[in-house]
Amino acid sequence: MLSHDIVIVGGGLAGLRAAVGLCEKYDVAILSKVHPIRSHSIAAQGGINASLANHPEGKDDSWEKHTFDTIKGSDYLADQHAVEIMCRQAPIIVYEMEHWGCPFSRFEDGSIAQRPFGGAGYPRTCYSADITGHVLLNTLYERAVSKGVKVYSEWYAIALVIDNGQCHGIIAFDLINGKIFPIKSKVTVFATGGYGRVYQYSTNALINTGSGIGIAYKAGVPIKDMEFVQFHPTGLIGTNILITEACRGEGGYLINNKNERFMEKYAPKAMELAPRDIVSRSIQTEIEEGRGFDHPLGKYIKLDLRHLGAQKIMEKLPGIRKICIDFIGIDPIYELIPIMPCQHYSMGGIDTNEKTETEIKGFYAAGECACVSVHGANRLGGNSLLDTIVFGKLSAIAIDEYLSGNNVNPEERPLNAKLNDVETNIKKIANNTGERPFSILSDLSKNMSANVGIFRKKDELALALEKIMEIKERYKNVHVSSTSLHMNYELLNAIELGYMIEVAHTIAIGAYLREESRGAHFRRDFSIRNDENWLKHTIARLGADGTPEISFKEVVITRYQPMERKY
Amino acid sequence: MLFVLLRIRDEIDGTLSFRSSCRSAVCGSCVMVINGKIDLACRTQVASFGTNTIILEPLPNFEIIKDLVVDMTPFWNMYEKIRPYLIRKSPAPEKEIKQSEEERRRIDQFVNCILCACCYGACPVLARNPDYLGPAAMAKLERFILDSRDERPHSVLDEINNENGVWGCDTVFRCIDACPKDVRPTDSIVGLRKAILKKKLFGKYK
Ligand SMILES: Cc1cc2nc3c(=O)[nH]c(=O)nc-3n(C[C@H](O)[C@H](O)[C@H](O)COP(=O)(O)OP(=O)(O)OC[C@H]3O[C@@H](n4cnc5c(N)ncnc54)[C@H](O)[C@@H]3O)c2cc1C
Repeated sequence: MLSHDIVIVGGGLAGLRAAVGLCEKYDVAILSKVHPIRSHSIAAQGGINASLANHPEGKDDSWEKHTFDTIKGSDYLADQHAVEIMCRQAPIIVYEMEHWGCPFSRFEDGSIAQRPFGGAGYPRTCYSADITGHVLLNTLYERAVSKGVKVYSEWYAIALVIDNGQCHGIIAFDLINGKIFPIKSKVTVFATGGYGRVYQYSTNALINTGSGIGIAYKAGVPIKDMEFVQFHPTGLIGTNILITEACRGEGGYLINNKNERFMEKYAPKAMELAPRDIVSRSIQTEIEEGRGFDHPLGKYIKLDLRHLGAQKIMEKLPGIRKICIDFIGIDPIYELIPIMPCQHYSMGGIDTNEKTETEIKGFYAAGECACVSVHGANRLGGNSLLDTIVFGKLSAIAIDEYLSGNNVNPEERPLNAKLNDVETNIKKIANNTGERPFSILSDLSKNMSANVGIFRKKDELALALEKIMEIKERYKNVHVSSTSLHMNYELLNAIELGYMIEVAHTIAIGAYLREESRGAHFRRDFSIRNDENWLKHTIARLGADGTPEISFKEVVITRYQPMERKY
Repeated sequence: MLFVLLRIRDEIDGTLSFRSSCRSAVCGSCVMVINGKIDLACRTQVASFGTNTIILEPLPNFEIIKDLVVDMTPFWNMYEKIRPYLIRKSPAPEKEIKQSEEERRRIDQFVNCILCACCYGACPVLARNPDYLGPAAMAKLERFILDSRDERPHSVLDEINNENGVWGCDTVFRCIDACPKDVRPTDSIVGLRKAILKKKLFGKYK
């Protein structure tokens, strides 16, 4: 049987950082369904937050101020001790990435350049033009290559094997050779990213199915705060490609059909740089009240960069300009960009503590698939890249502690039993006679965008849940065209869809139960935050009847008492 | 083009194989030959052809695994060969290693490479000599050689001072035409040739 000390599922920033921290001492393997360089971290544009105080207007920035902004941005749902850890680590990991070769943009004095971002009191977002994810992921991959980290590229983790409160490894699907293997490991780490594709309109890559969260949940691991879904204010209409917040950080305006900078009404001080939940709701309100623009692809608002001038756009936002030209034939130097809010980020995920440990011995999670929670009800721009690298690093430290102090013996028996289940299930999909996966996914994602979107209401959420139950029934008969295991993407889609339905279910049920509005979760029927009843995390676990069983968990408050959030 | 392919797989032929991920021209997954031109399917607009027939082929210079999926192993082998990471001898400072805006700008175009292998597929030298390093690996090496922070030994230039390295290039610029990110790999090859000559004349390349 294939076996490693540590198997890391995910070759994005979180997975690579964990591997780099462990590979000198342990036999580590990364497993990723795409080549690590194709992971979605590559697409991050705007930047990564750290209180370096390099910016002339940020000289008295500090990790404490970063902590406060993050907690306020989270609408007080973040665990404050974890936010403190992340913000203290931020300058350390940014310098470390720089020392490893990361080509950040620079200020005149040769220091790392920083720009303003939403919800931050100081310009603390370190960047490389508008390709920050690309340079960070390349640097970490380069580091992994230099250390000879073993990578199973284009291998899919199909199931997690837990027995007796301990993780024994995974079942893996080699997509190219069409074979399924159990892999035994003392420790398994999930760094599988977000679930954007559960929604119809998302800025996320096609591979962001959230299956990692679904796999862990199906294996009995609790997941946390799934109802908190970030909608980014500015996705390009049509393709929903992200138009980075850095456009507004550099000074861009949002304009309605009355030619007004409407953010004046919603966040008079912060304007376009209010946190994302607020800007997205403002845009949606403008559209719903008839102040948007019409297009066959949907209603939209305009983002105006023209006043920044050609030079600034070409220097600071060249990638955005190229996206606009390539994908909708618009040059933002001369024209306004049509944008709409789109699903962007998952604040929720696999329930972990600040050491990335889960309830299960030997199972860890980091990055977007995990919920520590450092983002609470709303993540600030630039804090997610930070989260991936900080908690990737801290998971390596925690795993080393665990393996140094314990004699861990994973077993083959539960792995073989699970392999059997997986193979039976695949045979069943091949022999089914029902629908093919795409039509089920299309109904699921439309349901999520329509009924579990930016503005939510009890009856719509109830409808969403009802539809999810119907979709689960349809999925039982999901069918694929070919029974071959070799390069069968349709089969992979069918397998992933099963996990996506579970993820959607936990989002919808969390949103249905949470009768308040906090951060990205807005209920029209309960439009204010209710700390007395709802200052708590939602925990979902797979119940005996196959539906989520919900409980709640305290929020850790250290020194920042919840206040009203004003921008 | 990518959305057409996805629709074909979804609604018509579920067995069709092609790679895809970001659908925004940054991850480099969906490279193929589209009506004779090597490009990323996601950024190619089908309407621009004005025809009902579009011919798709897998990327040349690679073994085909299935349909439009090729085996990228040789590409990654060449990438790893040039030691694609920052090499330092000096101890790390407490904060960042300073770099001027001008020094940062010097590596800009090579930093933009998304490792999609369009250039590798377009290269006529690779078509006849699979041991040739290829444009992407040399652009990556130049990215580090030009980086003011990099301190790799001069001997790295000896390794590419041959027909499988910088002198293999035909300088017919197919790689530049093929690059979807406006990187000019030929510039890097010329730059590396100059570095080799500089080292020969002055004993150092920087
Ligand atoms: C367009 C866009 C722009 C963004 N810009 C910013 C920004 O400027 N600043 C910021 O802070 N944040 C930004 N974010 C958010 C941030 O980029 C992501 O949250 C972060 O990169 C996630 O990294 P990760 O390592 O957790 O996961 P990912 O990079 O998504 O990697 C997930 C990995 O898991 C693998 N995988 C998943 N499931 C499986 C499975 N079952 N089996 C095998 N492998 C699997 C994938 O192959 C991949 O390697 C942006 C997000 C988007 C969508």
